[in-house]
Amino acid sequence: MKGYSAFELIRNAFSGHRHWKPVWRSPEIKKTYDVVLIGAGGHGLATAYNLAKHHGVKNIAVLEKGWLGGGNTGRNTQITRSNYYWPQSAAFFNHSLKLYERLSQELNFNVMLSQRGILTLAHSEHEMEGFRRWANAIRINDVDADMMTRSEIKKLVPLIDLDCRHPVHGGFIQRRGGISRHDAVAWGYARAADALGVDIIQQCEVTGFDIQSGRVRGVNTTRGKIGAGKVCFAVAGHTSHLAKMAGFRVPVTSMQLQAMVSEPIKPCLDTVVTSSVIHMYVSQSDRGELVFGGGADAYNSYAQRGGIPLLQENVAALLELLPAFSRLRVMRQWAGITDITPDTSPIMGKTPVQNLYISGGWGTGGYKAIPAGGDTMAYTIANDQPHSLIAEFGLDRFVSGKLIDEGAASGVAH
Amino acid sequence: MLRINCPWCGVRDELEFSFGGESHITRPTLDADDLQWSDYLFNKENPKGIHCEQWLHKFGCGRWFNVARDTVTHEIYAVYRMGEPKPDLAARDSD
Repeated sequence: MKGYSAFELIRNAFSGHRHWKPVWRSPEIKKTYDVVLIGAGGHGLATAYNLAKHHGVKNIAVLEKGWLGGGNTGRNTQITRSNYYWPQSAAFFNHSLKLYERLSQELNFNVMLSQRGILTLAHSEHEMEGFRRWANAIRINDVDADMMTRSEIKKLVPLIDLDCRHPVHGGFIQRRGGISRHDAVAWGYARAADALGVDIIQQCEVTGFDIQSGRVRGVNTTRGKIGAGKVCFAVAGHTSHLAKMAGFRVPVTSMQLQAMVSEPIKPCLDTVVTSSVIHMYVSQSDRGELVFGGGADAYNSYAQRGGIPLLQENVAALLELLPAFSRLRVMRQWAGITDITPDTSPIMGKTPVQNLYISGGWGTGGYKAIPAGGDTMAYTIANDQPHSLIAEFGLDRFVSGKLIDEGAASGVAH
Repeated sequence: MLRINCPWCGVRDELEFSFGGESHITRPTLDADDLQWSDYLFNKENPKGIHCEQWLHKFGCGRWFNVARDTVTHEIYAVYRMGEPKPDLAARDSD
């Protein structure tokens, strides 16, 4: 892999930037692989990269039914944070944030991480009390969190209407939280994995598993059979669909989560603002577009478009809090299919089928977990044993009853 | 916008209804083991295709009923009352 550098940029400038090479191959499919990953989103690609880089697995394929990074990795609102309540979640998501902090160097690809802080608003005294407890728990978990007064919030977000219908009483901020560029995360991992010999195969949909005496031996795809020593699926909203093919059921509901962007404007919002009561979150991208969203559509769906009633709610919520944006046009609106679990924590680890692994249940917050998901799932697949950071996130927690209830930790309630 | 045909009130906009999740979940008997309880409590069909689900006409008659709806196209194939069996829609299922 040719590294990106200022020198390369200048060198290519002399030839009018016409000679940059494609950054990953479109390889022929081999008959068998040591590890097959299903889904070339952030988690699949990061897992492939870590397997190749740190666990010496050389013969890896990542299969993608559409195009690389075209699912939820390219549809989320790019927020990274680790302000979780329970110690298991905080340890895992903070590991992820730390990996994000050096990801551009690790991948030699600028993921444009901007740690502009993530501000969570409270709209009543009772909510403020809850937030003090929450922020304190976060700090005990060794993650940064600071309570914010109304005047501090007004100073940070001058456009906010603190006396809106549900007046803002205060909030808390995780200053290390922020946004990055989601496409760059997928492309950076794809490029780095490809350079380590990982075959990324797009337009190849898995249609079934080859399972013999309880052990996975390969996958059937729209481009033929592929043998595999181990298989892991990281397919977000299609988690139930793949589990069904493998013959087991999962505690997952697929729902549409929509987001939208406004036309680009000059910099006016340099933090991420979220409110669970008003039910919205918003940030401004480096291109100047406001990126915002709210709750998930109420019913099961695989449709990737999002309903009009919720779109209207999301826009109304944004304008309630930041009325100055009322004259902006919405440029694009879309939805991703999120795989929501009963405790809104992810499902990572082994499955009832031997050598078949799951990385799913990411629900509305998988993007922030990509580096840690890749790191821990690669370990889990290589050693056939859950990494210590994800040991409590297995499917078995739904039988033991040891749930990790993070219903309150999503940016807004879903 | 979904347009749902309430068995008692007729066709109304989605905004009048609230969603109640998968239908036809059978509670296991009291001697069920942990695996059966877990399956009953948490696991979902979550099909990509026809989903039999419960809806409540919250801002209308206030009654529950079942809907068979495609989760990809959102097309509603059947509306039927609580307690009635699943309609046979195999021919129309894309899953």
